[in-house]
Amino acid sequence: MPAHERLTAAIVTANDDNRPALVPFITAGYPEPGEFINTLRAIAEVGDVIELGIPFSDPMADGMTIQRSSYVALQEGVSLEWIFGELEMAGVLGTPLVMMSYLNPLLAFGYERLAERARATGVCAFIVPDLPYEECEELRQALEKEGLGLIQLVTPATPRERLKMLCDASRGFVYAVTITGITGGDAGLPDDLADYLDDVASVAEIPVCAGFGIRGPDDVANVARHAAGAIVGSALVEVLEEGRDPKAFLRTLGGK
Amino acid sequence: MKSQLGADEARFLLEAQINGELPDERGRFGPFGGRYVPETLVPAFERLEEGVRRYLHDREFQHDYRRELREWVGRPTALSHAPQLSERWGTDVWLKREDLAHTGAHKINNAIGQALLAKRLGAKRVIAETGAGQHGVASAAACARVGLPCSVYMGAVDIERQAPNVDRMNRLGAEVVAVETGDKTLRAAIDEALRNWVTDPSGIYYLLGSAVGAHPYPYLVRELQSVIGLEARQQMISQAGGLPDVVFACVGGGSNAIGLFYPLLADDIELVGVEAGGTGDGLGENAATLATGTPGVLQGSYTMILQDGDGQVQETHSISAGLDYSGVGPEHALLQATGRVRYVSASDDESLAALEELCETEGILTALETSHAYAAARKWSQENPGKRVLIGNSGRGDKDMPTLTKYPARIRTHARA
Ligand SMILES: Cc1ncc(COP(=O)(O)O)c(C=O)c1O
Repeated sequence: MPAHERLTAAIVTANDDNRPALVPFITAGYPEPGEFINTLRAIAEVGDVIELGIPFSDPMADGMTIQRSSYVALQEGVSLEWIFGELEMAGVLGTPLVMMSYLNPLLAFGYERLAERARATGVCAFIVPDLPYEECEELRQALEKEGLGLIQLVTPATPRERLKMLCDASRGFVYAVTITGITGGDAGLPDDLADYLDDVASVAEIPVCAGFGIRGPDDVANVARHAAGAIVGSALVEVLEEGRDPKAFLRTLGGK
Repeated sequence: MKSQLGADEARFLLEAQINGELPDERGRFGPFGGRYVPETLVPAFERLEEGVRRYLHDREFQHDYRRELREWVGRPTALSHAPQLSERWGTDVWLKREDLAHTGAHKINNAIGQALLAKRLGAKRVIAETGAGQHGVASAAACARVGLPCSVYMGAVDIERQAPNVDRMNRLGAEVVAVETGDKTLRAAIDEALRNWVTDPSGIYYLLGSAVGAHPYPYLVRELQSVIGLEARQQMISQAGGLPDVVFACVGGGSNAIGLFYPLLADDIELVGVEAGGTGDGLGENAATLATGTPGVLQGSYTMILQDGDGQVQETHSISAGLDYSGVGPEHALLQATGRVRYVSASDDESLAALEELCETEGILTALETSHAYAAARKWSQENPGKRVLIGNSGRGDKDMPTLTKYPARIRTHARA
């Protein structure tokens, strides 16, 4: 089965267990490159799918927390090449991985090589926040050759016809951005979130995971009634930043 | 994605460009350009593109735009002969005086055009980025003129070195937002403006200041700045007795250069874009994107950028805030690939010396950005005596006083030498 279907299966398994899939996000190699694999193993025990952020110099869709973690990781020499090397050494994690990267590091790496290395290291799909559907064909094809998916993002600003197109094009899951804004906001989830997520779910034929602004157990519970999974990014990165235990934090949110 | 062109393809693309067929419907200038933006902004870009299609060449819009250019900006700007400089250089030197436009640089041509567009699109407020502060001041003034609130994102480094412009923006009613992230210069300011735009894509109009970014900005800015080249072409014929042999313009994002070059593409004129050579050739020592960069995606567009082998965008250095940028407009990337425009660089020191020489010979304090064009034109003149030279004098240098006062001794030495 193509790798992106493993992703879908992991989410469905969680839902069959009567709980939302928990998708922790970390910036790869942050805060300590030496701790990367240990951190990954720890969160793999709780998370159903792991989203790995590839640091980039111009994270235009990210708030302060992820900007900061990206900056530090780059200072520490973290690169795609290094990340793949670490994943190869770590061996099979058991939990499917998704990579979140801005386009330019992927372009520089080369799409074909990217897809091969990704498949070989347990990466099932990519999320590329600055690659809208209209520009994605070349990358989508390269990934598809290796059975990898390109996950599409939808937002509250996405018009209805476009929503259908994006949901149909997405592989693994559909990433529903909860807010009109960047990551790391603490303004809380919008009041009309339920209607929006229900809308996306009604259009999508694969599971929908909600992300942006999900910080604690209440947010996860709030989202769980209307989406198959919850993506937790900035809040987890802050836990790592403060040197707290990521596994303990994720346990407060659910997970496997 | 590819970036090299075969000879046939280059000819074909240049012809398409001259015929006004670029960008294509996907926002491409050959391989360059496109629209690489977060999904939240896609509908906003589609609305903007629709608005540009509907209004930009519409009679009523053009009527309002031209009236503002004439009665408020003060166009046409003068074409000045530079007799002393001509004598020194051994060429016949002419200056297109964008420094005489309202607020002191070419930036106003674009700002008032986009402000009129924002009004028609029903925007509630305007955001803009600025490097040198000239686009910030122009946006502040244009927004006051059309009655829209304006916030300007500006890197902390630039706030310090372009202090006079910060005060001007405030007085013109704009809010100046200091950007402390990233490299704290123009690139960080654009990132931060984009982050803000994402919070209210339907209420905010993003008034981008150069011919960069995602489609349709490079096209929109070119169209609004082409007035420079259209005027200069006519003025050269009537005042100088013919078209120039060569034209120089400085290139940051590339808006004054594309505005001057675009109407001259079909003519038999050598076109030279001048980037910031900074203090040296190493990565991080300059902002010579076309000369030393490689293709990549930055801030919405596939173009030439300064990056390392991992695709991380590199910090730049230039004495001039307006050229201190790691990317460049995609249309310039194409003009370089087809060979129609040659791109060179001038160092910080050469530009400072050129600034001083212009002050002394013609009584014009030009902007540090603009000085780069003079430095390159001066060199060219030494090898091409007797030719007719046109320089795009993109802006005035009053804003650069905080930087210039740091170099008094050096400048005096140059002047005496
Ligand atoms: C006077 C002047 N010239 C040139 C530039 C560079 O911008 P562009 O390359 O878009 O003309 C600036 C930018 O701030 C400027 O203020």
